[in-house]
Amino acid sequence: MSANAAAEAARPYNYAYLDEQTKRMIRRAILKAIAIPGYQVPFASREMPMPYGWGTGGVQVTASIIGPSDVLKVIDQGSDDTTNAVSIRKFFEKTAGVAVTTATTAASIIQTRHRIPETPLGAGQVLVYQVPIPEPLRFLEPRETETRKMHALAEYGLMHVKLYEDIAKHGRIAKTYDYPVMVGGRYLMDPSPTPKFDNPKMHRSPALQLFGAGREKRIYAVPPHTDVVSLDFDDHPFEVNKFDKPCALCGATDVYLDEVILDDRGGRMFVCSDTDNCETRRADGHRGELLGNEEPRA
Amino acid sequence: MITDDQPLLTARGITKMYGRHVGCTDVSFDLFAGEVLAVVGESGSGKSTLLSVLSTRLEPTAGTVCYRMRDGEMRDIYRLNEAERRLLMRTDWGFVHQDAREGLRMGISAGGNVGERLMAIGSRHYGEIRATALDWLGRVEIDLARVDDAPKTFSGGMRQRLQIARNLVTQPRLVYMDEPTGGLDVSVQARLLDLLRGLVADLGLAVVIVTHDLAVARLLSHRIMVMRAGRVIETGLTDQVLDDPREPYTQLLVSSVLQV
Repeated sequence: MSANAAAEAARPYNYAYLDEQTKRMIRRAILKAIAIPGYQVPFASREMPMPYGWGTGGVQVTASIIGPSDVLKVIDQGSDDTTNAVSIRKFFEKTAGVAVTTATTAASIIQTRHRIPETPLGAGQVLVYQVPIPEPLRFLEPRETETRKMHALAEYGLMHVKLYEDIAKHGRIAKTYDYPVMVGGRYLMDPSPTPKFDNPKMHRSPALQLFGAGREKRIYAVPPHTDVVSLDFDDHPFEVNKFDKPCALCGATDVYLDEVILDDRGGRMFVCSDTDNCETRRADGHRGELLGNEEPRA
Repeated sequence: MITDDQPLLTARGITKMYGRHVGCTDVSFDLFAGEVLAVVGESGSGKSTLLSVLSTRLEPTAGTVCYRMRDGEMRDIYRLNEAERRLLMRTDWGFVHQDAREGLRMGISAGGNVGERLMAIGSRHYGEIRATALDWLGRVEIDLARVDDAPKTFSGGMRQRLQIARNLVTQPRLVYMDEPTGGLDVSVQARLLDLLRGLVADLGLAVVIVTHDLAVARLLSHRIMVMRAGRVIETGLTDQVLDDPREPYTQLLVSSVLQV
């Protein structure tokens, strides 16, 4: 223990950057959020060594729950190797000394911006979302006092007015990301700007889902096995995005795809947004169009 | 069209003080189902204060307001919890503001404005909501082709008619109106009054209408309350009060109406 204490004392920062009192405060907020699924718990968000909008909420949540035995994965738009993901991963490698991974199955904590991994999550895993605007009613009702009251009284008709407007204007519900959900039949929740493709993955997930909004100072949660239902109309049911083509690299058809421009003559490909899923499939021998379309060797 | 011998709304001794200033004092009346009561008086006479108190927007300093709920029970509206009060406001009651911008969502289409109350009470079928909205737009004489246009593109008279449709869609039993024809030019006013009179009679609405315009009171209301300096100084059947005013102040009001 004394060696550990000495190592602790030699650190320029506390373990996982935040001081223990702050972590305690955030853990309390997290516990409350888990106790009231979908309810936005205010917390005293701290300044983090990165700008707002880069995931300060998610980072604070991760910093409060991470321990030396955790394995961390960070994704940004499904990808493990974009700037945001790389810097947050490095941040925790440096300040918390944790093992990191890109494999969804190997991670105990996954911090994410805008995607839920394609590989189904299991019990014991924690998914931490970075949330820019936690209030789903914000652009319908600008007053915070009023939106809190609407949550308190479960007055969510206004959200349906928004969906009504979509159908009236576009003939269908045009919202494709940030798609509002009801959690546990009680609270209306903003699932952060994930594509609505990912909404069904939240429903009764065995993993714990935590949401941190740093600038807006809110934490909310979906505990394991909680009902998460996307809002819709009886005659315009919720539908996920569909893609015309399979992934150009791994041939997957049931995943969320990104469009990548290949040249300046209109060439483009659709490729898995979840890089880990794509790499795993390719390692298993799946081949998409650009790799020669071979079937896996049996 | 008085359908019942129990009053729908009873106000007893309503007093509202703004510090040392009197908003209204000791106002009592009964309102029956299907009855239209006009509250008239000059600016500052306390009629808007009274309307706010009656519609749960402003807690009175003294006095009670009781409302007969749909289950027939008389309840003190200031003893309801907030959820019940808000539910009452958006189902069994309506409120037509003088300025339609306060009563409408200006950026949301006319259909959405009318449908909002339906969705708020749990309607989840787009086709039905839209059909009801279209039906109501027709009843308030708004061109059905405008259903997807936002009220910010509407004229003042259309906005006011849309506001009325939005309030009536849940078939309320009591509607408060605060100068519904204020700020409209006379021909538009006449058309709106005509529409209102038809709807009130068809639906058997009880209405408390606040106005400074005696012509509006004459056209719409069965009974009238004349207020001055926060007090009710004269009440009675509308025609009776307007044809044969007893109080000097009412006589002054009636004689001040311009004749053409």
